[in-house]
Amino acid sequence: MASTGDLEPTHYPARRAATVALHYLNTHHGSPFRVFGLQQVHKASAEDVAAGGRKYKLDFSVTDWASGSEGPALRCSADVLFPQTERHSGPEVQLRCEALQQINRTAQEEHAFYQRYISPDSAVSARDIPDSYGNVSEEMQPFWRLARVAASFIMLRESSERTEFNMAQVASVAQQGSSEEQLMLEFVVLLHDFPSQEIIQWKLLASWSPDRGVRVLQTEWQPRCPHATKPPN
Amino acid sequence: MKGSVISVLVVLVVLDRLASGLEHRSYDYTKYHPMDEISAWMNQMERENPDVVSSMVYGQTYEKRNITLLKIGFKNTTPKKAVWMDCGIHAREWIAPAFCQYFVKEILGSYKTDSNVNTLFKNLDFYITPVLNIDGYIYSWRDNTTRLWRKSRTAGTENCRCFGTDLNRNFPAYWGMVGISRNCCSDVYNGPTAVSEPETKAVTDFLGAHQNEMLCYLTIHSYSQMILIPYGVPNISAPNYDELMEVGLAAAKAISAVHGKSYKVGTPPDVLYATSGSSRDFARFIGIPYSFGLELRDKEKYHFILPENQIQPSCEEAYQGAMSIINYIHDKNFKSAAVSQTVDNCDCLMDLECKCDDFKPLY
Repeated sequence: MASTGDLEPTHYPARRAATVALHYLNTHHGSPFRVFGLQQVHKASAEDVAAGGRKYKLDFSVTDWASGSEGPALRCSADVLFPQTERHSGPEVQLRCEALQQINRTAQEEHAFYQRYISPDSAVSARDIPDSYGNVSEEMQPFWRLARVAASFIMLRESSERTEFNMAQVASVAQQGSSEEQLMLEFVVLLHDFPSQEIIQWKLLASWSPDRGVRVLQTEWQPRCPHATKPPN
Repeated sequence: MKGSVISVLVVLVVLDRLASGLEHRSYDYTKYHPMDEISAWMNQMERENPDVVSSMVYGQTYEKRNITLLKIGFKNTTPKKAVWMDCGIHAREWIAPAFCQYFVKEILGSYKTDSNVNTLFKNLDFYITPVLNIDGYIYSWRDNTTRLWRKSRTAGTENCRCFGTDLNRNFPAYWGMVGISRNCCSDVYNGPTAVSEPETKAVTDFLGAHQNEMLCYLTIHSYSQMILIPYGVPNISAPNYDELMEVGLAAAKAISAVHGKSYKVGTPPDVLYATSGSSRDFARFIGIPYSFGLELRDKEKYHFILPENQIQPSCEEAYQGAMSIINYIHDKNFKSAAVSQTVDNCDCLMDLECKCDDFKPLY
């Protein structure tokens, strides 16, 4: 982790920092109908910081999952600070993206989705999104995106210069009773960390409404699957 | 009596051809297949193409399954130069075995009509292992909770009860130096020792025995859309690093021309993360000049669980990438040789610019 000064944008230190900025972006602007993905890092630099830790300056582009990597790209710049503390504390991000406010085309879909599931007897539950073959049903797509946004809170908080998180799969989603006009969803998400190649399981409780966006209320790390271990004789 | 016997035989032969034709047409290369279907498909490829395909069992998995490759090319009495391709070192990377099957289908379907593939079949043998980590692959098909398994299925011990070794950290190339864990529960556990796993040994034995013929080592993985060149250990460069980068970048360009997907090219310490004991590094380490790890789709959305509707486009682009590499290596090894054999009384420069009156180029 020695690189200081200008960083090669295609190399992993720049990409990891940009991924952290991306998680931050999704926590603030993600929704059941909007998830951002990293398209490209244009410029990156890093420097040590007086208080300890390292600060990255990034210039990168993102696209919306809905339009894919070929869709219109949003240009962003970010400062990402990985603090140096004895106990891990999450990175601090300052982010500016152009034209973010102009993206409002999902408002209608969001309201329709909200209306459909806010009713008291709605009790959505599902497992394995996507399934083993990569399928996600039409109905589950917004829940998949919502899980990805909620998982971004955890991925952001858990990130360091030695991690690179993605959400590999949603193990389960179970709708809880709505509270304060928020959709309440309990997710179990499987995160993949690139350097360690580990699949890390987190249970989380998230709320969402078109007005308040996504909030994560509780998170709980889940231990590994028992069949990964040989049973005692 | 004789006539009716003959006509019955003719009917049976026709029916048999029809059946195998139907069988062939019905194998769906746009779906993921469990191991028993892949094994049956391998038998079918050998049966239907006896002139150019033979299978070889070259080792056993931990759970005692045969590890089999398809040797593909025009048969020759003396050993030919060769290209190795393995898929599925990591169980959860389902798109990789799908690509090996697609690659085999493509070259078998085109070698008679495509002069480029025909020439490759003449001068090279392809050694293709559609699934290397068979135990792990089968395990990843067991149920919804096992889909994301990565390692082999070596049993745990008294000291450490978790299953499996990361085969791609188990090769004897800077083994144990970096990017590994000594905790056997880790997904990058590199095994108690180098080549501790029978799957690893099968590959090291085979490559060792065929070292002189092997021109190219290709290992197929997912995800992240990258072309990785040796070495995974920082500050250790392959002697032909510049050339490997050049070939890799050309392959990435060929890939991007198909569906617009961008693939990064570089060593793992640059573009991914530092590793040691990978098969790609081992191949280069023992002197196979061209060694590449291909990381297929996708980058950011589906990761390991790539939807089946992306199998076809992923394979199409990866095929162009692989062929770009293979053709470069082939041309470097065969074109100049061919030219120097057929050209007389000419001044030929290193890059094949021949100044002769009666020079008839082969290609």
